[in-house]
Amino acid sequence: MAEVEKSREVKKQEAGGGVATERTRTGRIYMPNVDISEDRDSLTLYADLPGAGDEDVSVTLENDVLTIEAKVSSVKVGDHRLSYAEYGVGDYFRAFTITEPIDRDRIEAKMKDGVLRIVLPKKEEAKPKQIKIQAG
Amino acid sequence: MARIGRIGWSWDPIQEMERLERDWSDFFSGSGRPSAVKYPPVNVFTGEDDVVITSEIPGVNPEDVDLTVTGDVLTLKGTRRQQELGQGQAWHRRERGYGDFYRTIQLPYNVDSSKVEANYSKGILRISLPRAEADKARKISVKTA
Repeated sequence: MAEVEKSREVKKQEAGGGVATERTRTGRIYMPNVDISEDRDSLTLYADLPGAGDEDVSVTLENDVLTIEAKVSSVKVGDHRLSYAEYGVGDYFRAFTITEPIDRDRIEAKMKDGVLRIVLPKKEEAKPKQIKIQAG
Repeated sequence: MARIGRIGWSWDPIQEMERLERDWSDFFSGSGRPSAVKYPPVNVFTGEDDVVITSEIPGVNPEDVDLTVTGDVLTLKGTRRQQELGQGQAWHRRERGYGDFYRTIQLPYNVDSSKVEANYSKGILRISLPRAEADKARKISVKTA
């Protein structure tokens, strides 16, 4: 699995050079932190998207590029003044190149408490197979 | 300085306390600059009669978050649990931190702790802290002699 963008810090990062085209929406775009695990049958990706609900997130797999996008509107608290800020609020974007053949019909994506979980099941032919050595 | 690493984070309570003190004294002296190492990050909204604090803590169980208010200090404590790996699973990439967190936040005024409300939605913790009645600003009329 190769990546389009690189992440080094845990601090919320704005998406950088990986976004090749301009967007129609203005505002900040952040790059979510992700964990990715793999087993024999699937790849599982977790992305932190605080502030995004399930209706705000879109996940697409086109050719071999998995794209995660989320639209998050800025928060207003009554007539309060934002007097101190450690994090910014904005949309999320990140894309990954997936080299394993994925069974597209069985991809599952779920949002819970600001965390996106995507399960990408591998195609049958991509799964490792044990080859029996026959005594001859 | 306590640094959040790519895998978990290391934490030194003494240094953390010193750093928080420094950070918040910086903040209230007006030269504050958000730093990368505080977890969880907070935004502070100030109104006439209350302060609202929001914090990005995605993927925690609300039962694992502990909030206490004493006078004008809010303490935010909790655990972000590690994702368990199943049989035969291996990590490719780990960027999301996990572990225990602890922060104390100096509020601009005393808070009525019985009226503090907190809720957790979409990975955002929102705490509403009403100003204590005795602490509210009063207009004092100046009498002529």
